[in-house]
Amino acid sequence: MVDSGIDTAVRRSADATYRPTAGPRHRPRQGLVNVLYLPALALLAMFTAYPLVNGVGLSFTDWDGYSPGHHLVGLENYQRLLSDGTFRTVFVNTLVYALGSTVLQQVLGLGLALALDRPMRGRALLRAIIYLPVLVSPVIMGTIYYLLLQYDNGALNDIVVALGGEQQAWLSTTTGSVAIIVAVNTIQFVGLSMIIYLAGLQSIPTMYYEAARLDGASGWSLFRRITVPLLQPAFATSIVLNLIGGMKLFDVIKVLTGGGPGYSTNSVSTFIGLTYFNAQSAGYAAAMGVALFAVIMIMTLVLNAALNKRRLEA
Amino acid sequence: MLIGHRLFRLASVGFLLTFAVIQLVPFYVALTTALKPKSDLSSQWMPPTGRLYLDNFRIAIEQGGILRAIVNSLVVTSVATVLVCLIGALAAYPLARRGTWVNRVVMLLMLGSIMVPPLSVLVPLYSLMNQLGGVNTYWGIILILVTGQLPLSVFLYAAFIRTVPTALEEAARVDGAGTFRVFFRIVLPLLKPVTATVAILTGVFIWNDYQMSVYMLTTQDVRTIAPAIGSFFSQQSSNLGAAAAASLTAMAPILLAYLFLQRHFIKGMLAGAEK
Repeated sequence: MVDSGIDTAVRRSADATYRPTAGPRHRPRQGLVNVLYLPALALLAMFTAYPLVNGVGLSFTDWDGYSPGHHLVGLENYQRLLSDGTFRTVFVNTLVYALGSTVLQQVLGLGLALALDRPMRGRALLRAIIYLPVLVSPVIMGTIYYLLLQYDNGALNDIVVALGGEQQAWLSTTTGSVAIIVAVNTIQFVGLSMIIYLAGLQSIPTMYYEAARLDGASGWSLFRRITVPLLQPAFATSIVLNLIGGMKLFDVIKVLTGGGPGYSTNSVSTFIGLTYFNAQSAGYAAAMGVALFAVIMIMTLVLNAALNKRRLEA
Repeated sequence: MLIGHRLFRLASVGFLLTFAVIQLVPFYVALTTALKPKSDLSSQWMPPTGRLYLDNFRIAIEQGGILRAIVNSLVVTSVATVLVCLIGALAAYPLARRGTWVNRVVMLLMLGSIMVPPLSVLVPLYSLMNQLGGVNTYWGIILILVTGQLPLSVFLYAAFIRTVPTALEEAARVDGAGTFRVFFRIVLPLLKPVTATVAILTGVFIWNDYQMSVYMLTTQDVRTIAPAIGSFFSQQSSNLGAAAAASLTAMAPILLAYLFLQRHFIKGMLAGAEK
């Protein structure tokens, strides 16, 4: 931002000096540049901004999603959000998905990055394998994990039985299902955190470690005094990315549990779809959408402020 | 001390290998399951025995329409990715070069729209598309997915353009080239490296999209891979072999791309994540 400010100032003075020679056509031509962002602006206005505003409007109505008309009901949908037990479950699930995957992904991602951050044979291959699932559609990964979790002949149950345990119906309970959704999401996307931390580690100059070693520091204190503080930007990136991604979780839930048993493993995103298309309460679903957007926006702003502040202090 | 160090290294290698195995298990199990008939009750860990059994792939292709879905995905992804790159680069140029307050507000609004989760606008977006006649069409989903990926594209292009010196453009302008000429002849050719990043990053997102496609594409003739797998799987939940075969077929294109462009993939994903 500072750069572009100086840039403009320089160009402005350049404009002033050029005007006599370049003629009056010079300035309008510069202004014309702005039309280049009109296509992007038009798309965002039509398919993001307009739906967002329209969604707020619909959230004050009792629209069913297909009738031509609807009535204004004021804040009724929002009051319903606060008193609806199912929505409360769904909202808590969403937080569990977001926080659970975020914590696990940071621990595992950083661990993997540290283990990979030294020259060794097969390093590129290991990195590529661990990263691979990030690219596969979560719907496909979810489908395959569903196979693994089968009661009869399921790969996981076969291991459990081989170790002397009992077969489990993994997706039959709410708690179990929620935990499995967190686990599957974590395993699929841990490669992303790993890559972010690897890049962070590689950006730390080795001379810091050498200097600290000369001063007698070793192992744990090197990690705590040099690695952790200098990884601050990587922490910020990875945490924000995982939290926001977790708050939007949709695909894995759809294939692994379909939101069941009952509605007990839905996230806000999957529940919005159900409320709109299955329960035909479009107005109520719009209110959930507004709530989800508000929560994610506040989270992003607070997190960015907090993490950037820490980055400055570090 | 030295023994401790050795043990630590051994543990970390063990951790890496364990994790790599965990990541490969789903692919292995999908393969063994897909290659066995439904009547084969052996463990998923066991490789198939006897003759090569490919019926599950036949079912996935004939009943699940997986090949059709791959074609649909190729159409949607290629058109949408080209548009994301082109419209994003066009938009980023004035935003990176002219820091007027209007442009700063425009940039802020574009980046702010990253925070809108797709599902939060499902109701108004779906009803808008319904009115426009865009449900179950290529152009409907393409417009939605392009809009979704534009902010990231604009951001990456703008960051890159700021690092390119303005001298060339100014020289062209002095020679009398207009805005469009400067952009298409001078600027666009310089954007190749960042275009690779944007294309891979947004291309993967678009290829894998489920949450919008599942509502916007409900008929088999336009349905892309993710919703096709989702619906095939819910119909075939008793025939897991076919579901596995469909999954493997559907992920083949992206795995092939990863195999050949691995470096670009990782670099691209990283560039996107860091913003």
